[in-house]
Amino acid sequence: MSGQPSTYQPKSGFTRWLDSRLPILRLAHDSFVDYPTPKNLNYWWTFGAILSFMLGMQIITGIVLAMHYVPNATMAFASVEHIMRDVNYGWLVRYLHANGASMFFVAVYVHMLRGLYYGSYKAPREILWILGCIIYLLMMATGFLGYALVWGQMSFHGAVVITNLFGALPLVGESIRTWLWGGFSVDNATLNRFFSLHYLLPFMIAGVVILHVWALHVSGQNNPIGVDPKSEKDTVKFTPYATVKDGFGVALFVVMFGLFVFYMPNSLGDVNNYIPANPLVTPEHIVPEWYYLPFYAILRAIPNKLMGVLAMFGSIGVLFILPWLDTSKVRSMRFRPKAQIFFVIFVINALILGWCGHNPPDKFAIPVGEGGLTFVWLSRIGTAYWFAYFVIIMPLLGIVEKTRPVPDTISSPVLSGAATVEKA
Amino acid sequence: MGDTAVHSGSDDPNRRDFIHIAALAAAGGAGAMLAWPLVQQMNPSGDTLALASIEVDLSKVTEGMQVVLKWRGKPLFVRYRTAAEIASAQAADSEPLKDKEHSKDSERHVVGKPQYLVLVGVCTHLGCVPTFGGGDYKGWFCPCHGSQYDTSGRIRKGPAPKNLEVPDIAVLSDTMIKVG
Ligand code: HEM
Ligand code: FES
Repeated sequence: MSGQPSTYQPKSGFTRWLDSRLPILRLAHDSFVDYPTPKNLNYWWTFGAILSFMLGMQIITGIVLAMHYVPNATMAFASVEHIMRDVNYGWLVRYLHANGASMFFVAVYVHMLRGLYYGSYKAPREILWILGCIIYLLMMATGFLGYALVWGQMSFHGAVVITNLFGALPLVGESIRTWLWGGFSVDNATLNRFFSLHYLLPFMIAGVVILHVWALHVSGQNNPIGVDPKSEKDTVKFTPYATVKDGFGVALFVVMFGLFVFYMPNSLGDVNNYIPANPLVTPEHIVPEWYYLPFYAILRAIPNKLMGVLAMFGSIGVLFILPWLDTSKVRSMRFRPKAQIFFVIFVINALILGWCGHNPPDKFAIPVGEGGLTFVWLSRIGTAYWFAYFVIIMPLLGIVEKTRPVPDTISSPVLSGAATVEKA
Repeated sequence: MGDTAVHSGSDDPNRRDFIHIAALAAAGGAGAMLAWPLVQQMNPSGDTLALASIEVDLSKVTEGMQVVLKWRGKPLFVRYRTAAEIASAQAADSEPLKDKEHSKDSERHVVGKPQYLVLVGVCTHLGCVPTFGGGDYKGWFCPCHGSQYDTSGRIRKGPAPKNLEVPDIAVLSDTMIKVG
């Protein structure tokens, strides 16, 4: 797929026969066996494999859940409890699915930050990056729809709040909301369509993943120094090198996943979701799942409803144009000392925003005597930095920053020491 | 050759162009005609619309009390306001209000019965259910992001843009009303 001649040699009569009819083994061989990968990839590069694994996990456990789950407003909650208590190993399948969603997001955030740090969105990988952003959006939609299916208090009121975001749009907002609901409120019709879409979206994700990997194999993988491989010396074969490393990464990740599933399966969830949905009472404090918290904080940071909604969507929207906002000639932040600092602040800031999203807006984040800094104000600062990072710091830094010398090739710093390390 | 007229490179649309345009237009039209029902099926169905109104017996609500009913899947507040609540609601008529549309208290309570206030119990910010008695205005307080409504259900503080919605109400008799 990378444009180089295929080296696949069918060995048996059957594979020769197959190859001249459907060269699927050739495709697999060229993509995942003989494919050259930069030889300096570190463990941050195993998250792609981890994500593929988690997508498979969600689809398999999800299909099993759908065999027992009832998408009906009067029965949904009871059917989830039925899965937990009565279905053989139902508890395991549901805990795998619920915690699997969280782990999926852990992996995607690491994967995205990896891209952010090593400049993997820069030419020629813009489309690859945008496809990744689309996958991320689809994941957020899927997670939201799935969470609603439980039809607990948080499911229900979370769905109310999120669908109401669309009501903020001028003119068409209200009709869009009614259209999404299929009624005058979140109700049975809503639950039914959410189930249908929750079943559909993961397969759309799988489709975009195929495009994502295709684009990856056209441009080739980026690597920690951000210098494209120049010769065969700079690469190793995908199998065994990347396969084994990826396999080891997946194994470690599964250990962490297992700790959650078997020892603290409800630690990432909200107790309110074990109370059946009641449209007449809102839980005292509505919080989304942890992976949405920074964006929830951005939504609440802005006092105007429409602007809040736009800021929230905008905070993800800027990711799409990042390849054109970053003006630096140097790809990897390993050679960008200033960018590294702003990057670290960005990560801390995102965590702080998450903390804000988890807390009531008027509570004091940093109490000073009687008063202090409230969570709304803290999230306003965080929101400002989030946007500033992408639309001010990225464009300016690329122009003013003095970068460290970048090696010519992946092999040169290793083979000939600092002598060839000049080109800035 | 007979064919040259059809394949001539001239800019004038010829018979083959016509067939292309007609075929595309027909396919596009058919696509749109299929898309319309596929989009419309998501809108409220006939039975949902049919259940859209309820009758409420006001005599079941006593002074200073609020009954919460379910109407169109949403909470409906039916409140019997105290004299003090009515007075503070009327006094606020002249204050600068955020949402001015039909914001006089007399336009909001049940016609001719200022003690009865019927509201859709859905915060106009993002749809949480406000609770009565909280906030600076002694009306409703929304726990989600802190919107505050007065005793007429008008938005006074917080992120919500609009007053609590007053549904369509028909007075059927002295004690009965129809909502929706
Ligand atoms: C991208 C992959 C997926 C993600 C991120 C995801 C996420 C979620 C989440 C967060 C929940 C709520 C879990 C809870 O709190 O109990 C859920 C529930 C559910 N999901 Fe998925 N899901 C995915 C794929 C699928 C697939 C392919 C199916 C197949 C039909 C499916 C079927 C279900 C069902 C039936 C439930 C409700 C039962 C329950 O809550 O355990 N999911 N999903
Ligand atoms: S939903 Fe009521 S204040 Fe946000």
